[in-house]
Parts: sequence; C-alpha cells; structure tokens
Amino acid sequence: MVPTHYYLIVGAALFTIGVIGVLTRRNIMIILMSIELMMNAVNINLIAFSSHLQQVTGQVFAIFVITVAAAEAAVGLGIVIAMFKNKETMNINEIDLMKW
Amino acid sequence: MLETVLFYVFGSLAVISALLVITRHNVVHSAMALAVTLLSVAGIFLTLQAEFLAGVQVIVYVGGILVLFVFVIMLISVNRAITERQFNRQWMLATLTASVLIIEFAYVIYQGKDSFRLPPAVAPTIPVAGNTELVGTALYTNYLLPFEIASILLLVAIVGAVMLSKKKTQTED
Repeated sequence: MVPTHYYLIVGAALFTIGVIGVLTRRNIMIILMSIELMMNAVNINLIAFSSHLQQVTGQVFAIFVITVAAAEAAVGLGIVIAMFKNKETMNINEIDLMKW
Repeated sequence: MLETVLFYVFGSLAVISALLVITRHNVVHSAMALAVTLLSVAGIFLTLQAEFLAGVQVIVYVGGILVLFVFVIMLISVNRAITERQFNRQWMLATLTASVLIIEFAYVIYQGKDSFRLPPAVAPTIPVAGNTELVGTALYTNYLLPFEIASILLLVAIVGAVMLSKKKTQTED
C-alpha cells in the first residue's frame, strides 16, 4: 500500500514541470503540451484522494477535467492553425498582434 | 508489494518523460515523450484501482488529444522552429520561481502527511460494485447536471475549432 502523499508528490512534480514548460518555452505547441501535463497532475491528485477516501467523486471530477482538456486542446490547436496561416510562425515572441 | 513497485516505475517514468517534454528541441520528440507520460499516468491510475479512468486516459488522451497534437505538428513545418532559440530570456528566473513552488508543495505535503492516516474503519473496504459501475452511477445520478454542461462544453469546442480553422469564404470579406 503506497501512502497517499507519495501520489501527491508525483502530482506536484508533474504540475511544476508543466509550469516551467509554460514559463520558459517559446514554441506554442510545447506550451500546450505543458498545459496537458498540469491537467494530468490535477487528475493524479483527484484520483489519489478518491482512492484514499474510498469515494468515487474524485474519479467523476477527473472525467470532467479530461473533458475540459479535450475541449481546450481542440480550440487551442485550432488557434495555432489559424495563427500559423497568418504569421507562419510557432514562436510566441513573434505573436504580438495585441500588444499595445 | 507489486503495487509499490509499479507505483515507483510509473511515477519515475512519468516525471522523467515530462522533463523530456519540456527540454527537447524537436516538437515531435516532445510529443512522443508526452505519450510516455500519459501512459504512465494511466498506469498510476491502475495502481489506485481506478480502472475506468485508466481506460479513459488511454483512449481520450493518447488516442485523441495526442493524435491531434501530432496531426497539427504534421501540418505545420517544424524545420524552422528547431533552429530558433527555444527558451525565453527569463528562463533562469522562471525555473527558480518554479523550484520555489515545488519546495512549497513538498513542504506542505510532508507537514500534512500524518492527516492521511485514516481510522481503520474507513480504510480499504472492497467496493460491492465494479469501478466502472460506481463511476457510471455517480455520473448519471448525483452529477447529471455537470455531465450535461460538459457535453455542451464539448459542443461549443467543436463549433469553435471548426470556425477557427475553416477557410474564409469570399462573401465574408
């Protein structure tokens, strides 16, 4: 039986790696992948507590998180394609159309 | 015992390949490392007796979202992006800030680890129904409204993605 806080540590590590990815990378695809990493970290925490408390609620909410992740990926990649058609770049430093 | 070994294997695999995701220069390599991370997370779900979620993770994440990522990478030329600078100028500051974050997480979790010991009466009872049945019952009874809202969210996302990536017709301009 693995203690619950080990799972929480794995979740925290994945979440922090996702944060580092979002903050440091300049390629928009990798930023979207880092967001998926953070969603996975949240799912690990939800299911760890679901198993810890012997309640199924955490797993239901993990399904909702996966739904939101799928919607986010679809819209995000649509934005990436629309942007690539206009600017021919994946570098976020060159996408500054709305910078004032 | 087996559960512990599997947890260490899947946990370390997930963290190592997540590090690969954010450090590789080639986007395709990052996507492949992300596949390993997602499958390891599915394995972690299995060690937590969440079989249905492990299946959903493999089908939706690896079979859906990741294929979408690879598809978009295929549409977009990656050759120019590899030769460019990959990291921000502020990457050192960002890594430092995130390290503070992980230290805070670890500290808080270790401070509260005693509260994870439940009284033996509540601790592991074998559920009467299967995992999938339990999740399905909860989803269609207590959480029916969030379930319907999630379906509307998916519909909106479909319409949004189609609108964003379709060609402009002549009449619109």
